[in-house]
Amino acid sequence: MDLGLSDDQEQLVGAFALLCAREVTPERVREAEPTGFDPALWQSLVALGAPGMGAPEAVGGGGATLVDLALVAEVLGGALVPAPVVEHVVATRVLARTLAPDDGTLAALVVGDTIGAVAPVPATDGVARSVPGGGVAAAVVALDGAELVLVEHEPPGVITPNLGASPVAHVALRGPGRRVLATGDRAVLAWGRLVDEWRVLTAAALVGLGAAALDLGVEYAKVRQQFGVPIGTFQSIAHGLADAATAVDGARLLAREAAWAADEEPASASALAAMAFVFCGQTAQQATKVSLHTHGGYGFMLEYDVQLHYRRAKAWSLVGGDPRRALGDLGDALFGPVGVG
Amino acid sequence: MDFRLGEESDAFRGLVREFLDEHLTDEVRERVHETGTVHDWGFHRALGERGWIAASWPVEVGGQGRSPFELTAMREELRLAGAPTDGLGTTLIVARTINHLGTPELKEQLLPRVLAGEMIFALGYSEPDAGSDAAAAKTRAVRDGDEWVITGQKMFTTLAHEAAYVFLLARTNLDVPKHQGLTIFLVPLDAPGVEITPVHTLGGERTNVTYYNEVRVPDSLRVGEVDRGWEVANVALAFERGGMGLTESDRIWRQTVEWATGTERDGRPVIEDPLVRERLARVAIDNEVAKLLAYRVSWIVASGGVPSVEGSMHKLFYAERFQTAVGELMDALGPDAVLAHGVDDAPVAGWVEHQYRHAPVTTIYGGTSEVMRNIIAEHGLGLPRARRSATKTKG
Repeated sequence: MDLGLSDDQEQLVGAFALLCAREVTPERVREAEPTGFDPALWQSLVALGAPGMGAPEAVGGGGATLVDLALVAEVLGGALVPAPVVEHVVATRVLARTLAPDDGTLAALVVGDTIGAVAPVPATDGVARSVPGGGVAAAVVALDGAELVLVEHEPPGVITPNLGASPVAHVALRGPGRRVLATGDRAVLAWGRLVDEWRVLTAAALVGLGAAALDLGVEYAKVRQQFGVPIGTFQSIAHGLADAATAVDGARLLAREAAWAADEEPASASALAAMAFVFCGQTAQQATKVSLHTHGGYGFMLEYDVQLHYRRAKAWSLVGGDPRRALGDLGDALFGPVGVG
Repeated sequence: MDFRLGEESDAFRGLVREFLDEHLTDEVRERVHETGTVHDWGFHRALGERGWIAASWPVEVGGQGRSPFELTAMREELRLAGAPTDGLGTTLIVARTINHLGTPELKEQLLPRVLAGEMIFALGYSEPDAGSDAAAAKTRAVRDGDEWVITGQKMFTTLAHEAAYVFLLARTNLDVPKHQGLTIFLVPLDAPGVEITPVHTLGGERTNVTYYNEVRVPDSLRVGEVDRGWEVANVALAFERGGMGLTESDRIWRQTVEWATGTERDGRPVIEDPLVRERLARVAIDNEVAKLLAYRVSWIVASGGVPSVEGSMHKLFYAERFQTAVGELMDALGPDAVLAHGVDDAPVAGWVEHQYRHAPVTTIYGGTSEVMRNIIAEHGLGLPRARRSATKTKG
């Protein structure tokens, strides 16, 4: 057993943490809220090789493992990154598995000239609804009935106002830019892996988000004085934060285990991805709720940062669908689908 | 990054399973259930014969030098099988402390019999007025030549009726702050003046109240220095953490899944009921997280570190979620979940009902959830220390 990071992984985390410290400040996150996207930040991510890091080396990517990607997602999630990095990385990986290695769209995604996204829930009536990153992505992968499809189009660029101030948009799948990537069993398999990877990386991003929100609450509890003492001396405050800290640590371990299993224990990868998605989503919501509440009335003011975390904790999870559906998937992974065998 | 315990641990796990198949019979389980004494001498001695009482200790002090991960694998198998290990648990806490702080004579006198599985210890911290505030203990020890005279009362002296000694926290100095006036003694439970009264619990376990009426104990049975008992107790508590993984929560989950798979309601397996599946899925997530928090403790130990806050996080999460889990499992079983073990058609043989009764103690013993949260808040998050009451106690 080794729950630590390798030297390479420490460096990777350090590089992205540095980028976030410089360019993903709360001010920049707020400036990006109208569109949910920071184009200058995207160029910095391109300079770091982030868009292609999850793609195989054979197509010019960085060949990163899902663990590496989860570590990066955790850092970016902690900074509330206003860019659909998780969706782009997952799209690039699924396309690297389904398109020809010399495909032009794939190449543009790997270098970051084109932004990609995935719809983590199946489309209804040919429309993928509230696709995370869909507002800025020119290449969107979605499941339309029995077909896994790629839709290339001019992204709307206009963002539907939404809880997480993320670039979500509905994406019509039955237009001219549609390409069928896989059908039947192959589509089911490719879709399953897409969902697992998106769940794991979103879970990791939510861990970063929850941890960052918790830090805000803890620091506030140390300095805010009421009744003549820091409010953190009250057990009614401290214990809620301790519970959240425990859940965040557990969530981090679970997200990393799920990422690790994708490469090392494929038999349990789907179950762990669903577990991580559900638990990390719940935990991010728990941590942001407790942290916001710790701020008292100030936590409800837009001026304080914790509301940024509170909104995204719900929004980032919910674009993946009702968590109870993920619990259903978990049940299928653990006990086998109902009515089969 | 690697979340596996490793090949060595897998191999050891296989040996433990074989051992359990042979020695942990249904007869043993039923006797434990009936008596509430979660210890079985035949089983315990068999562990001793295999050298597994202190499997993780170095070979030169009677162990097998097993790694923290091998220890985890062993404890997982014991828990998954429902082995009666309360005596093993308390005894190891005390034995490690003796090995760490005891005199050579004391070690020689006691440890060989402990490691052979012939002797167990009970813990004697809690008192009627000293629970989480264990340092408020009032049981007195007064020096008389080469002996100490002990008078007082201890609560929840589990296994006192089977143990050779109780690891007893006593007040030896009334003129100093409460944490500085305590000393630890090994009190023979067959000594004149010791009285053991059974206490029966919600979970069906038998524990005891023990009374000490001018019990004379030789100074050679003192553990650690006079008035330094609180530090000794903390050494013992540090040993209580680590080596955990899959637990009784995983055992009851697996038993419930097995039952739901093999039982039909309205012509289809219970496991196909979406409500049942969802509850089982929720419990599976919490169990997985609890396991990972436990593995982190073992990993820190294996890496040469000293877990502190991490151990508290595991204890807090595990115990709190276990209580939620048994409620979920009861609900999943439906009305018949109330039927007790021994009733013919009780679902899961009534073991869920049994765990529903047992679970409340897990957030209490070994440090309450509130104590764990204090540790996490102060030492993990760096929050200012909560206001506490007086630090001085007159006996």
